[in-house]
Amino acid sequence: MPHDHDHPHDHGNLHDHAQPHRHPPRPDQDDTITQWRAMEIAVRELLIEKGILSAEEVRRQVEDMDNRTPLLGATAVARAWTDPEYRKLLLSDGNAACEVLGMERGPYKLVVVENTDQVHNVIVCTLCSCYPRWLLGLPPDWYKSRNYRSRVINQPRDVLREFGTAIPGHVTVRVHDSTADMRYLVLPKRPAGTEGWSEEKLAALVSRDSMIGVAFAQNP
Amino acid sequence: MAAAESVTPQFRTGDRVAVRAAYPIGHVRTPYYIRGKRGVIERLCGAYGNPEELAYARPGLPKQPLYRVRFLQREVWPAYDGSPGDTVDVEIFQHWLERG
Repeated sequence: MPHDHDHPHDHGNLHDHAQPHRHPPRPDQDDTITQWRAMEIAVRELLIEKGILSAEEVRRQVEDMDNRTPLLGATAVARAWTDPEYRKLLLSDGNAACEVLGMERGPYKLVVVENTDQVHNVIVCTLCSCYPRWLLGLPPDWYKSRNYRSRVINQPRDVLREFGTAIPGHVTVRVHDSTADMRYLVLPKRPAGTEGWSEEKLAALVSRDSMIGVAFAQNP
Repeated sequence: MAAAESVTPQFRTGDRVAVRAAYPIGHVRTPYYIRGKRGVIERLCGAYGNPEELAYARPGLPKQPLYRVRFLQREVWPAYDGSPGDTVDVEIFQHWLERG
């Protein structure tokens, strides 16, 4: 927005350069066209031109992805905390467990790993940024960073500590490297003091980070 | 997709395996750090198109069995200073595995 402030000058008179202008003009292009973005635009325009996709379909897909939030995953976690049969299904067939809740099965096989008193799980994709987007939405920037990807794989306890998550020595830390066709969700431990809570109330304790494994579910 | 288009799985959960220490060029989903390391089959995930072929728009058939293989961190990273039982699980295609 070049003009998001109040000051008197005549916007109807765009060519009057004699008017004093007290702020530097912002460039019309406030974005960088990198090689990859140029390629995306070129491919997208070609697909539209050839009638394979419409601009409306592309827009709808972007909107659909932006609308996905970790609440989908949190809903599955809260159900698993309250329904032992559902927990079994979530751990044995994550995609079927998504479907049971009226969510998409997902385009990849979902592996759910459970945190217990003995085991803490954490997810990474060392090769790129594989993430269960249909359940959690877009991954956080740090998940895609070289720093996280290269360090959580061989010093997970230090990285978890940086996230404020200290894992006691007697608890096994399992890192899961999402290298091929699986996508992963951590089933965090249910916090103490939540006995009798509704699924909706429980789901509010389940953060995105707790389902990646860099945090615990929030205490009540 | 006919079943014949999948390679028969050779390993079962609990089998000891070693990752081939090979360094071919191309699109490979076996991370460098795990090549040449020994682990245990955690589970068979199913059969999937070979990414080394799919990346170049080839059909990727026959499908390759894909496993989750569990490695001890201290075997993967000699300097690992976490707990001795800590592990890393990696998805590895059968054609990258040997009996270990």
